[in-house]
Amino acid sequence: MTGSPIPNFEAAIGRYLRLELDGQQHRLYVEEAGAGIALICLHTAGSDGRQFRALMNDAALRRHFRVIAFDLPWHGKSSPPEGWQDREYRLTSAAYVKCVLAVADAMGLEKPVCMGCSIGGRIVLHLALAAPQRFRALIGLESAAHAEPYYDLDWLHRPDVHGGEICGAMISGLIAPSAPARERWETIWHYMQGGPGVFKGDLHFYFYTEDGDVRGRLSEIDTAACPLYLLTGEYDYSCTPTDSRELARRIKGAKLTVMEKLGHFPMSEDPALFLSYLRPVLEEIRAAAG
Amino acid sequence: MAQAQALERLLPQLANGEPALLHRGRFLDVTFLLKIGPSEYLVRIHRGRIEAMQRGPHVQPRWTFALAASAAAWRTFWEPLPPPGAHDLIAMLKTGALTLEGDQHPFMANLRYFKELLALPRAKPEGQ
Repeated sequence: MTGSPIPNFEAAIGRYLRLELDGQQHRLYVEEAGAGIALICLHTAGSDGRQFRALMNDAALRRHFRVIAFDLPWHGKSSPPEGWQDREYRLTSAAYVKCVLAVADAMGLEKPVCMGCSIGGRIVLHLALAAPQRFRALIGLESAAHAEPYYDLDWLHRPDVHGGEICGAMISGLIAPSAPARERWETIWHYMQGGPGVFKGDLHFYFYTEDGDVRGRLSEIDTAACPLYLLTGEYDYSCTPTDSRELARRIKGAKLTVMEKLGHFPMSEDPALFLSYLRPVLEEIRAAAG
Repeated sequence: MAQAQALERLLPQLANGEPALLHRGRFLDVTFLLKIGPSEYLVRIHRGRIEAMQRGPHVQPRWTFALAASAAAWRTFWEPLPPPGAHDLIAMLKTGALTLEGDQHPFMANLRYFKELLALPRAKPEGQ
């Protein structure tokens, strides 16, 4: 008999945060790892904070950054609000912005960096407009000012189509063909685990509503007040490199990198390759902090 | 595309030799039309197996849904590492390279099955 086993825990610590949003109590799951500059990570539509697992497992990143990922209400281990059973879930950009700021306030984060992917990449544009002074820098992954729907979202939520199967199959092609199988299928699994109608409800503001479309306000974004970085994968056909190039062209000072051999979920589908693109950005942000 | 033989022989052989695909399609019974440029194939699936795949021309074909793309688009889709936008059926629907007609329900309800079925002729990248 040897001594007690040393558990092979990863670095991330997860806790539940009680938070009031729009007059309702919420129970939000928040994970974090590392110390230093707070880096808030926003997951894609219909997924959860596990997409950032590799960032939290990266020792070099943890030395200088406090990586924080929370699951939006209705997602991952965060609960839907009381009364959810009689509501159709629909995310709005206003609600998403409030949620990010409320989490930052509740955790007392001073001048965090915020990095969001897909709908999160759209929300960093809203944050750049609504509260640039609150952030050290903003990073939009797979970020576009608007998106045109290219399939009927009703397929994602109807009783005669399995929600987990369709959500997983729908997004599988957004992953670059070269992504390692383990990370590809982990990424798909998160989608398969989403609650009924949640992926569709997230996409509501992304595709359809005027409140999500920021094309008319891009010139108001002041990258001198808050630097804006954009990173987009070449295999992303939802937010294409062309969409991000157009965005970068219209925001003075925005810095765009098109990432080869990556798709719509860079941090989750091929973390090692993504980190090779992210590290220089984070180094630049850290250098500016002095 | 690793097409040493006609697609109407190759695709059933590949599909019916994939136990995971057959399991995934175990509740699937449908006949669909696959159009590759001017060539039309009627594909009859029963419990996930391709029971028949007939090359046209057909007289009064009956099918539930039809997938159509140019021969060049399918050739690109079947490359070992297709370029962005040509690598996935939904991506091709978005770009307009692929059209989907008819009753889409069996296609959408079994989307992973059909994505994997139609990717079977894709040659594996070297070294894999």
